[in-house]
Order: sequence, then structure tokens, then C-alpha cells
Amino acid sequence: MLVYSIKRILVAIPVLLILVIVSYLVMVLAPGGPTSSERTLPAAVIANIEARYGLDQPLWKQIYDYVENVVLRFDFGPSFLRRDLSVNDMIAQGFPVTLTYGALSFVLAVAVGVPLGVVAAVRQNTWLDYLAVGFSVGAQVLPNFVMAPILVVIFTVWLGWLPAGGWNGGAPENLVLPVIALGTSFMASIARLTRSSMLETMNSGFIRTARAKGMPMRKVVLRHALKPAMLPVISYLGPTFVGMITGSVVIDYFFSTGGIGGFLVNAALNRDYSTMMGITILIGALTILFNLLVDLTYAWIDPRIRY
Amino acid sequence: MIRTATGTLAALLLSTAAFAQDATNPETGEPLAEDQSFTYRMLDDWKSIDPQLVEETAGNHAVRQLFEGLYNSAPDGTIEPGVALSHEVSDDGLTYTFTLRDDARWSDGEPVTAQDFVYGIQRAVDPELASNYSWYIELATVEGATEAIAGEIDPSEIGVRAIDDTTLEITLEEALPYFPQMVTYSTFFPARQDVIEEHGADWVRPGNIVGNGAYVLTDYRVGERWSAEKSDTYWNADDVIIDEVTGLIINDPNQALTRYFDGEVDMTEPLPAGQFPELKEEYPDQAHSIPRLCSYYYAFNQSESGPEALKDPNVRRALSLAVDRSVITDQILQGGQTPAYTFAHQDTANFEMPVLPDAQMTQAERDAEAQRLWEEAGSPDLTLDLIYNTSDQHEQIATIVSQMWKQKLGVDTDLSNYEWSTYLDVRGGQNFDISRSAWCADYNEASSFLDLMTSNNENNDGKYANPRVDELIDASRTAENPQEIYTEVEEILNEDTAIIPIYHYSLAFMLDEDVKGWPFENAENNWYARDLYRVAGE
Repeated sequence: MLVYSIKRILVAIPVLLILVIVSYLVMVLAPGGPTSSERTLPAAVIANIEARYGLDQPLWKQIYDYVENVVLRFDFGPSFLRRDLSVNDMIAQGFPVTLTYGALSFVLAVAVGVPLGVVAAVRQNTWLDYLAVGFSVGAQVLPNFVMAPILVVIFTVWLGWLPAGGWNGGAPENLVLPVIALGTSFMASIARLTRSSMLETMNSGFIRTARAKGMPMRKVVLRHALKPAMLPVISYLGPTFVGMITGSVVIDYFFSTGGIGGFLVNAALNRDYSTMMGITILIGALTILFNLLVDLTYAWIDPRIRY
Repeated sequence: MIRTATGTLAALLLSTAAFAQDATNPETGEPLAEDQSFTYRMLDDWKSIDPQLVEETAGNHAVRQLFEGLYNSAPDGTIEPGVALSHEVSDDGLTYTFTLRDDARWSDGEPVTAQDFVYGIQRAVDPELASNYSWYIELATVEGATEAIAGEIDPSEIGVRAIDDTTLEITLEEALPYFPQMVTYSTFFPARQDVIEEHGADWVRPGNIVGNGAYVLTDYRVGERWSAEKSDTYWNADDVIIDEVTGLIINDPNQALTRYFDGEVDMTEPLPAGQFPELKEEYPDQAHSIPRLCSYYYAFNQSESGPEALKDPNVRRALSLAVDRSVITDQILQGGQTPAYTFAHQDTANFEMPVLPDAQMTQAERDAEAQRLWEEAGSPDLTLDLIYNTSDQHEQIATIVSQMWKQKLGVDTDLSNYEWSTYLDVRGGQNFDISRSAWCADYNEASSFLDLMTSNNENNDGKYANPRVDELIDASRTAENPQEIYTEVEEILNEDTAIIPIYHYSLAFMLDEDVKGWPFENAENNWYARDLYRVAGE
């Protein structure tokens, strides 16, 4: 397993490199550039800006210098858009924010979604199942950009319990609404996935055997059915977790949390090349890492899988 | 918990004790509230608060609190002394000598000297800093600025020098009568060489930053908030009542309004589209709409790549007359915007609005005239490509205008929307027939608009060209009474239908009724927290 992990990490290096090159090319090919502005800048001013950020260099040199800075100095360069900050600063400030609300949303989604799915499957076609399915379908059809304003209307405008937005250093009252708004639809997906996977497992031979020998239902579910039923759920959780902790544009925009999801979109709209690249690499690296963790978890859950 | 409560109580007692001595506004005698903090909503984070790099509204609002230039923007839109008390102009109008106050201090207690201004202005044109706004020094025609930006001469060679600590001399290449207005913008602000050299780009961080404004930056969370506390070293600190300024970034306008009513922010602008009339009715003391020095217009592509028909002034004029501006201002925007027939905003300082026939007619008369002109032009069979950047409001306006053209003139319009950077690229490359555009004044003077209509202006995206306009604008730079010339230029623009002016901006906002001292007359929306105060609520 160790050899396998090392191999996977080594493979990640060329993958990230390709990600950098392709993203850089796509970005440069898009119309407009970091010097685009409402006011057309004089040629000499544009030349100065391009020289400062190395954009006057040939494309291969730009990419080479970028990779060199990232690899040797772990320096993602200065932000083209937010001129007082480096991309490292922006990630250092924004990533803990998204990590906090993303991880909490993830915990919420799993903690509610999995039990909901299990209960629905075990009590298939009872009122509990209908309630769970109804709830998760309801949550699924309410995407976070619909959910967020509804939550604000209820908890801020009507009840006056919670602030409508802001981060405030991650104060609990500021966390509640973003966490629920982000977590709900994921929770619904997890519940539905768990339910269908659980149903399939419950109908398989080894569960029938366990039940035939008179094992109590609770034991059957927890000891035998749950683990294999979680396999498809786990393969969904890996990328979902990365998606959640790397920020949600909707959450950042709506709740003004100051997370990197908002930074990425702003960077893309303003052709802030360095910020786009920095956050893209971060997301890419995390995706590779969590996919690896998911694969390793597989081996732990399913004894048939060996690396 | 208990500790926090005790701490808060102690702080409260302390502030109350300090406050009890002076609880009324010394000028107006109004009773002041205990809490003298001011929080406002920001639409987005700033790009920079380095005075020489600042290029947009969000950064400017902050920089006006943290730094001070030679002159400030007065509440009525004119200028008033800042660090400079007065200035003298040489007979040829090229050399400005500013006398600085000797009691101006940086936030670390050091005196603000003429040398700090010299450093700031030189820094602005330094290719190494590569400021997007270096052109502003060039626009002011500071001697040698163009060459310094192009790297042909050293920034230290430009026409700025400190005669002594309190005397600053700036030499221009053209005798701009509105130069004193221009120095209210932050590119001309002073900067501390030692601080910038010590911290590099990090000098604007809380803790590092040294400013000379009424407030000192204490906190900045990118994408979320910033705050500043009153500076004890500001020369006029005794008259400053607001002791803390906070900006909260709230992208969504409805969320901003919710947080305003929740008491989190004292001021929010702009308001969600179309909500102003209702808010004004319900909260007459809190909802305001004031002029804002920007104009919304449609540019015709009159370059070689544009359609032949648009080179005919009659066609352009017919298209312009057929646009019923009042439908756009009164039914779509509803925020106090005014229908426009001139490019320069009607509330630009000293601007004498020309009496234009188009503005005098009723819409029915305009429509009839449009149809007559259209027939005279041979009723060209046209399909116009109208471009705009993605936004609900631009789309609504484009849709309604295209309907007006279709109904009144039979013109077909293709609406093309692009995301911001792509739109700039398409517009800058003249790949359009008609383009939605807007322009905001850099300083409160009509030339800040009208310069755009000269044939070699980089921002003249429609490539309108009239040698007479070029001549007049050139002459206005040294004219004794440039206002007459501006009026004439507007008349020519109208005659040529150089563009379709659509509306003059307004700024609709909500302001807590306890916050007083707001500069409602300032069409540039230049507010200073040091002029505000909070009265005790009833």
C-alpha cells in the first residue's frame, strides 16, 4: 500500500504540471487580459504593467518562470487584481475560511445524509422511507443560491436570530447559515446514494444469510451491510469534500465570507492570471490527494481490494 | 464569558467618561450619540489602497480616510484646503506653487513635507511601480510625466520639486485651469519613502501603513471587511467626531439592504434596481438619491469597421431621437437618474448646459423627427449589432431600446452580451455597431467627459472624429472661460449625434438618519468620515 501511495503521488506531479500548462494556455487564450479596463490604458502604461508581471516574455518562458517560482519558492506570485496582496496572502486568508465552512458543511451533510439513507433503506416503503426520500428530494431541488436567501429571510428578517452575512473571524452565529446553505443539497445527494446502495446490499446473499441465522437487524445493518454499502458513497465523498472546502462562489458572494471561491471567480472575470493559477493548483492538488485517500479507504473497507 | 462582560463594561465606562465632557457637536450643538462609529457597505473589495495605485471607487473611499492630498473635495463639489493651504500660479499658468500647512503629521508623528508629495508623484510615474493610474499624472500634463512613464527619463526628473518643507512646486506642460481640482485624486497624494522602502508592497498592511489622513487602518480581511481608527496625529483631529470607520464587503445588493435594516451598516449603496421609489416612500429620511458624475451612453462605431449607414449623421440622429429616455429612467431604473442629451453630466461643477433642441421636444415630436430623418436617409435596411457587458440592467435597457428602434424605424437589432473582459476586448477592437458605454468623471469638470470625444482619445471607442471638436477642446485647456467652449462642444456633439447620451447617473442610497454631515451636494460621491457624526437617537 505504501509503494502504491508513493507511486500515486509521483504520478500526481506530471498531472499537476499538465494542469498548470493547460490552465495557463486557456487563460491566455481568453479574450481580454489583466490590463483590460473600462479606460483604455496608454501603450506605455500597459507595457510597464506587462513588464512588471513578466507578461512581455514568450509564453513558454512565462509558464517556466511560474512553475519555477511555485516549485522552488512555493511562491504563487503577486495578484494582478489585488495589487496590495500576493496570491499566497489571498490563499492564506481565504482558504481557512472556506476550509472551515466547507468542512462543517461536509460533516453536516454526512452526519445527516448517511443515517437518513440507511433508515430509508432499512424501512423501505414505510412512512420513514417516504419522509426521508421526500426530505432529500426537497433539499436537492433547492440549490444553495435559492436556499441562502430563504434562510436569511427566515433566520434574519423574520426571527432575527442570526446575522445575514459576514465572517467575523468565523464566529458560530456567522457560520450557521453558510454551513446549512452549502450542506443541504450535498446531504440530499448523500442520503439518496446511501439509500440505493444500502437497498442493493440488503438484498445480497450474505445479508440474507446473516438474517437467516437469526442475527438481530441492528447488528446486520451496522456490522455487515453498512460497510460495503458505503463504497459508492465514499467515491462520491472524495471529490465532494474537495469541492466543499475549496469554496463556493454562491456562499462567498451571498454571505460575504471572504473565501477563495469568490476570489477564483473574481480573478477569472478580471483576468487575474496569478490568482486563477494559484487557486486552480490548490484545487487540483487537493483533488488528487483526496482521490488517493478515497482509494486507500476502499482497501480498508473492502478486503477484496488490494494495492 | 464573565471576563468578556467585565471587559466590555470597563471599556464602556471609560468611553462614557471620556465622552461625557463633550457630548454635543461643537458646531451645531446637536447631542451626540455615545457610539461614534460609522459602517458602510462596499460592493466589492478594493484593488489597492496604495494611493499611487488606487484606481476604483472602493479603494478611493478608503484612501480618503487614510490619506490626505493637497486639496480635498468640499461637500459642494468644489475644493478646500487639505495639506496645502493655498497655491499660486505663474503668469503662464504652467507653474503651481503650493504652500503646505506646517502642522500636518503622518500617523507615526512625523511631519508631512513637500518632499513626501514629490516622492508620491514621482512614484506614480515610475515604470517599476507600473501603476494603472500613472496616466493620471500624464493627463495633468506634469512636465516629463509621459517620458518618465515610457522609461525615457528618470522619475526624479519630472516637474515636481520641494522648495522647502512646506513649499511644493509642480510644473505643467499645458496651462490646465482645472489642475487644482485634479490634485484631489489620490495619485497626487504624498507617500512615505522610508516606510515603503522598508516594507515593500506590504507597506499598506495594518501595522505597517503610515498615512496622513484622519484615520489609521487597523484591520483588513480580503473580501470581507476593513476598519480604521481615528488618528491622533491628524492636524484637525480635534474636530473629528467619528472614531471608527468600517467597510463591509457585501456583494449582493439585497443582502446589503437586509444588513442595513439589521443595523449592521449605516450606509448602503447602490440599492437593488427599481427599489428606490418604494424605499423613499417608506423611509423618506433614510433613502436618498443624489447626482453622480457618470453618463450612460450608446457609442456608434464610426470607424472603418462600422456599418456605412452609421456614418450618416441623419441615421445616427434618428436612432438617438427614437430612444425615449424617460422610459429608461422612470420605468426601468427608478433611482433618480435623469434623461440625458449631453455627454457631460448636468451637475458637473460650473458646466453651463446648452439649450439643445432634442431636449426641448416632446417624445412624440422626437419620434416624428426621427421618422422624417430616417426617410430622408433612404430608410436603410439595417440590422445593428448592439453589444453590452453582462448585467440585467444593461440587458433591459438594450431590449427596450431595440424595441423602440424596431417600432419607430423598423431597424432590427442583435443583442450581444459579453462578460466584462471580453466586452472590453470587443469594444476596444471596434467589433460592434453600437456599444453600451458609460463614463465617470475623474475630476469635477466638464473636460473630464468631453476629452473623450476628441479623435485621438484612447477611450473614444466609437472613433467619432470632428476636427472642430478637437480644436475647441485644445483651446479649452488654456481658455479663460472654458465653460463656454464646453457648451459649444456639446452643441456640436448633439448636431453630429456623436453618441446617444441616455441618462445621467444618480446615486441612490440608504443612510441611517442618525448619521449627519453627509455631503449630499458632492456629485463625485467623495465623502470623508471625519465630516460625519452620529447624533443621539430619540
